[in-house]
Amino acid sequence: MDIVRKERAEHSIAAGNGGYAQLAADVLAHAKQCGATEADIVVADGETFSVQVRVGAVDRLTKAREKRLGLRVFVGKRSATTSTSDFSKASLDRLVSETCTLAKAVVEDPVSGLPEAAQLGGDRPDLDLYDETVLGTETQIDWAKRGESAAFSADSRITNSEGAEFDSSSGRVVLANSHGFVGSYQSSSFSLSVSPIATETGTGAMQRDAWYEVQHKFARLASAESIGQEAARRAVRRLGARRVATKRVPVVFDQETAGSLLANLCSAVSGYGLYKRASFLLDQLGQTVASDRITVYDDGRMVGGLGSRPFDGEGLATRKNTIVERGVLTSYLLDTYSGKKLGLPSTGNASRSVGESPSVGPTNFYLVPGVKTPAEIIGSVKEGLYLTEVIGFGINMVTGDYSRGACGFWIENGELASPVEEITIAGNLKQMLKDIELVGNDLVFRGRIASPTLKISEMMVAGN
Amino acid sequence: MPDHVQLATFGITELEAQHALDRLNVRDVEYADLYFESRVSESVSMEEGLVKRAAKSISQGVGVRATAGEKTGFAYSDELTKKDLEIAADTARYIAHSPKGDRAVPVPAQRRPTRDLYPIERAKADVATPERVALLNEIDAEARRYDPRIKNVMASFNTEYKVVAVATSDGILVGDVQPLSRLQITCIAEENGNRQVGSFGGGGRVGFEFYRDQNRHLDYAREAAREAILNLSAVDAPAGAMPVVLAGGWPGILLHEAIGHGLEADFNRKKTSAFSSLIGKRVASDVCTIVDDGTLPFRRGSLNMDDEGTPTGRTTLIEKGILRGYITDKLNARLMGIALTGNGRRESYQSVVLPRMTNTFMLAGESDPHDIIRSVKKGLYAVSFGGGQVDITNGKFVFSASEAYLIEDGKVTKPVKGATLIGNGPEILTKVSMVGHDLKLDNGIGTCGKDGQSVPVGVGLPTIKIDEITVGGTQG
Repeated sequence: MDIVRKERAEHSIAAGNGGYAQLAADVLAHAKQCGATEADIVVADGETFSVQVRVGAVDRLTKAREKRLGLRVFVGKRSATTSTSDFSKASLDRLVSETCTLAKAVVEDPVSGLPEAAQLGGDRPDLDLYDETVLGTETQIDWAKRGESAAFSADSRITNSEGAEFDSSSGRVVLANSHGFVGSYQSSSFSLSVSPIATETGTGAMQRDAWYEVQHKFARLASAESIGQEAARRAVRRLGARRVATKRVPVVFDQETAGSLLANLCSAVSGYGLYKRASFLLDQLGQTVASDRITVYDDGRMVGGLGSRPFDGEGLATRKNTIVERGVLTSYLLDTYSGKKLGLPSTGNASRSVGESPSVGPTNFYLVPGVKTPAEIIGSVKEGLYLTEVIGFGINMVTGDYSRGACGFWIENGELASPVEEITIAGNLKQMLKDIELVGNDLVFRGRIASPTLKISEMMVAGN
Repeated sequence: MPDHVQLATFGITELEAQHALDRLNVRDVEYADLYFESRVSESVSMEEGLVKRAAKSISQGVGVRATAGEKTGFAYSDELTKKDLEIAADTARYIAHSPKGDRAVPVPAQRRPTRDLYPIERAKADVATPERVALLNEIDAEARRYDPRIKNVMASFNTEYKVVAVATSDGILVGDVQPLSRLQITCIAEENGNRQVGSFGGGGRVGFEFYRDQNRHLDYAREAAREAILNLSAVDAPAGAMPVVLAGGWPGILLHEAIGHGLEADFNRKKTSAFSSLIGKRVASDVCTIVDDGTLPFRRGSLNMDDEGTPTGRTTLIEKGILRGYITDKLNARLMGIALTGNGRRESYQSVVLPRMTNTFMLAGESDPHDIIRSVKKGLYAVSFGGGQVDITNGKFVFSASEAYLIEDGKVTKPVKGATLIGNGPEILTKVSMVGHDLKLDNGIGTCGKDGQSVPVGVGLPTIKIDEITVGGTQG
C-alpha cells in the first residue's frame, strides 16, 4: 500500500517545560563527567487521541501518552546519538555512559560540533502553535461520523468507505545544550480525513480518494461536512478512468501534485544531499535553476503555520529564507553541520527527531502564487494532462530523472474531458523546473510544503 | 530459544497480565490482548570515507487492545507499571461501552514458539561498535577499488534486537526474540560531470557474522559500485506498453504491490480491494503460483509467530492462476469466518495489528531464463528496483527500475535509465507467459509501509516474462 500518510502538524513542543529543563541540565552535567566536551538533549512528550469511523460506526479508538529523550554527545570531534523512553535515573545514567562510549568508537569528524554559543537564542515569538482545547471522545466521534456521512450524502455513487479519522494531539519539546541554551515550545494538532469509495454503475469498478485538513487550532478546522463533500467529489470524478496513448504533452500539476514537485526541489536544496554530491542541484547557487516565474520561500515564522517553530533542532532562531528568486537559486537549506561542509552558515533549518542527530528540513516551504486561475491554466492547454495524483518512488535525486505513476484528467481544447489512470509521466527535474510556464493564484497551506497550480510545457506521458 | 523471552523481561507478573486481561474482557468484547515489547536499535554509518555517526535507541512499552465486532479499542504506554496497564485497559475497553469485569478469561498457559527460525545468540547479535566500524571501512575501500570513478560511498549498518511477549484472552501467553539487521550501501560515480548512483544491500534475521561470511559485505560493495558505473552509460528509457522481462529476486516487489496488498484480509472484509470477491477466479496465467511464507529460516520477513501469538505459516495466494486465499489477522479472520494465517503484524507496541505480508514469492516454473530473453524482440529487461506503491481500490500499482536494459532481437543490449512501470493488479499476472526455473529470494532489504506502519518483509521471483506493461520512460 505504501500510501504516504497525510502531513500532520509537527507533533510536540512547549511553553512550561514540565520539569524537563532540570532533567536536561542533570543529564548534560553527567555527560560532562563522562568525558563529553559538548552535548545537547531533546525531550519530547505528548498525548494523542485518534478516532476512526467506518460506514457510520466506530471502527477504532486509540489513546496514548508518550515521552522520549534524545541525547547527542561530542567527545572532542567524535559524536554519537542515543534515545530512550525510560526516564528513570538508573536508565539515564546508563544511557549517558553508553553514548560517550559510542562516541569514542567512531572517527573524528573535523566539522562536527554544536553551533557557536553566540548564534543561539534570539527572539522566540509565540507562533500560535498551541490550542489547549481538549475534545471529548463523543465530539471526536461526531466529527468523524459527520465527515464520512457528508461524503455518502454527496453522491449516490459513493457506496463504501475506507473510513474517516479525527486525530487530536498535543505535546511539547524541550531542547537544551551545554552552551546553556534551553528552549521549549508547545504545539497541538487537530485533523480530519475522509476516504470514500465510489463505484461505477455497470462495471462495478471502484475508485478511492481522500480529503483532509490539519490545523494547530481546533477553531480553524474547516467543517466536517465540507471535508467529506470534497472527498466525495474527488472520488466520484475518477470513475470511468482510462489509459491514453503515449505522447508528449503539456502537464498541469494541481495543488497537491505541484506540492510534491516542490518537495522534490526542497530535497534537492537540502545541505546533506549537496555535500554528499547526491543532488541534481549541485554547485548551482546563484545560477538559474527554474523558470523566472518561480520564487520560493521557506518561512519558519508564519503565525499558525504547520511547519512553524520558534527555534530549530539545534536551538538557532528560525527565519524566512528566500530559496529561489525569479528562477535563481539563492539559498540552500542548511543546519550547522551541512553548512560547514559547504562553507556556509546555517539557515536555521536543523530538523531533529528525538533519536537522531540533526538533519535538514523545511519549515513552511512554498512557491509564491501567480495571477492565473487554475481554470485559465487548464484553458491554455489544447491537449494535455491535468495531474491530480502521482504514485511511486521513481525519482533519482542525483540525476533529477523523474518517472512516476500518474492519474488525473485528459485536457482537450482547454477543458477537462475525461479521467485517466494507469499512465506515467517522465522527464528530468532540472528541465521540468525550467519548463514551468504558468503559476496559479491558488496557494493554500495544507502542510509544510505548498504550491499553487503549475503548468509544465511538455513531458512524456506513457500509456498504451 | 532463549529462556528470558517471557513476561519477567518486562517486570510484569503473570497475575498482573491476567488482571489486565480480566479488565478488558467484558461483555461484548470478543478478544483482547497485551503486547509487551522491548527494542534496542543500533546503527553506524559512513560517508566520505569516515565512519562518523553511531546511534542507539531503546524503547519499551505495552500495547493493549480490545475488539468487539468490527470495533477496536487500543491504548499504549511506555510505562510498564500495573497502574499504567490498568489505565490502558480501561481506555481500550471503552469501545465496548461496558461495565468492567463480568466474565472470566481462560488463564493463559506460558509457552514458547515451537520452533526457532532465527537462532542467534545474544553475544553474536551484540557485536562491539569497533567491529561494525571496521566492516564499513572495508566496504568503502572495496567500492573505491572497484573503479576510480566511484567518488563517494555511503554505507550504514543497522541492527535491531526485539523481545516481545503476547498475552491474549484466548489463552495464549508466548514470547519471542526477533533479531534483525541490514547492511545498505550507496555509491556515487562521477565522470565528466555525469553523476550516477548505485545501491545494494542485504540482511535478515541474522547475526553480524553473516556479513563477513565469504566476504558478503565486499560483494555488496562491488554490486553498488557496479550499478553506479553502469548507469554512467545508461541511455533514456523507452515509453509506452511493451514486453518486460523481470530478473529473479528483488523484482518480486511486483507481487508485493500488484497482488499482495490487495489480498490482505482487511481490505477484502471492507470490500475496498480490487480483489474483493475474486476468490476462486482466475487472476493470473496458469504458470503463476504465489505464496506468502513466514517460515523461511533467517529471512527478513520471517517470524516464529506473528504479533498476536499465531505461528506463521505458508499461505497459497494464487495457485496456477486461480486466487485461493487472503492473509489474515485474528480480527479479520473472525469477522470473515476464514482461517488464521499468522499474518497479524504491527510496527511496534504503539501500533495496531493489521494483516501484513511476510515473504511473498512466485514458485519456480519450467522455462530457461535465456529462452525467456530470447523470446522478446523489443522490450525491457529489469534487474533491480527501488520502491513500489499500489492503490488497493482500483488496483493500479507502480514499481521503479533502478537497473534495466533494452532487449533487442532477443539480446540484452544497452543499459537504460530508471523508469517506473505501471499496471493493474488483477490483470497484470494474466499477462505472464513464461516463468523461469530460477526462483531467487531477495537479499533482505524490504520494508513495507501500510497505514503509516513499517514492517520488514521479503519478496522473491524467478525470471518472468510479462507480455505487456506500460514503461514510463522518456523516449516515445
